[in-house]
Amino acid sequence: MLRLAKKLGSEGAFYAAVITLVVFAAFPFYWMLITTFKADGDLYDLKSIPYWFNTAPTLEHIKYLFTETLFVQWLMNSALVGLCVVAITLIVALPAGYSLARMPGRSAETLGIGIFLTYLVPPTLLFLPLARVVTLLGLQDSLWSLIVIYPTFTIPFCTWLLMGFFKSVPREIEEAAIVDGCTVMGAFVKTVLPLSVPAVLTVVIFAFTLTMQEFVYALTFISSSEEKPVTLGVATDLIRGDIFYWGELMGAALIASVPVAIAYNLFLDRFISGITGGAVK
Amino acid sequence: MTAITLTPRPTWSRFFLDRSEIVGPLFIAPAILYVVLLVGLPFLLALYYSVSAYTIFNPSLAFVGLKNFRDIIASEIFRRTLVNTLVFTISAQIIGLLLGKIGAMLLMQEFRGRGIARALVVLPWAVPVSLATLAWLWMFDSLYSVINWTLIALGLVDGANRPQWLGREDLAMIAVVVVHAWRLFPFGVVIFLAGFTSVPKDVLDAATVDGAGFWRRNYQIILPIIAPIVLIALIFGTVFTFTDLSVVYLLTKGGPINSTQVLGTYAFQVGILSGDVAHGAAICLFLFPFLLIAVILLLRSLRRREI
Repeated sequence: MLRLAKKLGSEGAFYAAVITLVVFAAFPFYWMLITTFKADGDLYDLKSIPYWFNTAPTLEHIKYLFTETLFVQWLMNSALVGLCVVAITLIVALPAGYSLARMPGRSAETLGIGIFLTYLVPPTLLFLPLARVVTLLGLQDSLWSLIVIYPTFTIPFCTWLLMGFFKSVPREIEEAAIVDGCTVMGAFVKTVLPLSVPAVLTVVIFAFTLTMQEFVYALTFISSSEEKPVTLGVATDLIRGDIFYWGELMGAALIASVPVAIAYNLFLDRFISGITGGAVK
Repeated sequence: MTAITLTPRPTWSRFFLDRSEIVGPLFIAPAILYVVLLVGLPFLLALYYSVSAYTIFNPSLAFVGLKNFRDIIASEIFRRTLVNTLVFTISAQIIGLLLGKIGAMLLMQEFRGRGIARALVVLPWAVPVSLATLAWLWMFDSLYSVINWTLIALGLVDGANRPQWLGREDLAMIAVVVVHAWRLFPFGVVIFLAGFTSVPKDVLDAATVDGAGFWRRNYQIILPIIAPIVLIALIFGTVFTFTDLSVVYLLTKGGPINSTQVLGTYAFQVGILSGDVAHGAAICLFLFPFLLIAVILLLRSLRRREI
């Protein structure tokens, strides 16, 4: 009996700890959700309990966001930047990762680590000179500046990820294709790439989410509202002097976050094995 | 005979694409080119800026030696910034790692709803940083803060004297540390989870049979095994925190009175907003020795794994 009580007690403590952790992690998102659908009168009322709707939920904020602001434009900007960066990343990182995986000797290892290390060079160190580079390229205040600059962090990370993957593809497969008359390039395109669909998919998702995460470069390079990606536009252009704007702001943050959050969750394990360099088997 | 006729006629492209000693470098060249042109050269440019008199008003690039560094070291704001950056990094990192370890120990157990719990715990790290920080900005609102509402409802603070989270120097630092730790800890959770699952079960069982208790299993068996992974998490986490600009910029812009100014936000303020690129670059370069240490540590841990 005592043992049962003890077991129940420790189980209760366990669940309490799990719930505390989950609430700490997820409460801000719950708060986004509830703010999005709350009527203004309810939002800015100090008396009522804020955790739930005290008046009927409303779609006012969402409607305002889609009709009266540049939100849709920002979403499309982000999508365009994301797609172009993914394309550039694939074109550059696929051959690079393959070449590093097949290159004989230690030089490949060193080169691979060298490329991966550039992922550690933070935007904070480079945004000043890159602002100058962007101006020289005539891309200031245009979202094309982001399309050119973002691959500087997606390429190193994705090359590293792909290198790890290609190493696991047996060399014999391409060798057979080469014996059958393929060129080295042809063997890569016809035999290795079709086997790499899961890895390519991972790279697509990560390159895309990494561009969605970025803030510093966008903040530095872009000042006109129409050119901003969603993460920057929402954070800088929706905040205005008046405080009664939180419904729209949280709605925008929520809508832009959901797809990224889902994608991240689905590919989390691959991301981890990439970052720990396959230290965990 | 037939075998000979089947061989395609060699062409120039064929000649090149057949040789792996040509194709190999050809395949990797674009990646190296990209990194050299848009990471390497800009870095050198940053180095030069920091010893020049370059501003957006006077783009002369005249060489001034170490004057910019002397200027900023002499500046009171910069010294405060440096201290803030260390406080911010170390506290966010400690909180993040501790919560990460606790979270991983909880999520390692089998229980109903574990998948959902993990997905929710990962959210702060998955969602774009600027958007997630906005939610906190609203939660720290000077009047309608839900945190304050809760504290008042619990009777912990006085309604007439509600804490101004982002408006008071000490509270603002706490706020940015909490938000950054919140954003970082899921990364710790997943890294520790990956580490824990890599510890062989039989080793643990053997230790238990030999009489090792909870703490002993934890610190003498599990920790040494997962140490390389934790080190990588620590390096990445520290680099991301030390160089962070977004969280502080969105929450406080470095204020009030520079009490949350960190290297990133200060460099942005000086280099972009005030247009004094030379001094901005010099401020950024204070990140560099620190990054170098991180890189060396990372290289060592990667090398050790190979051997």
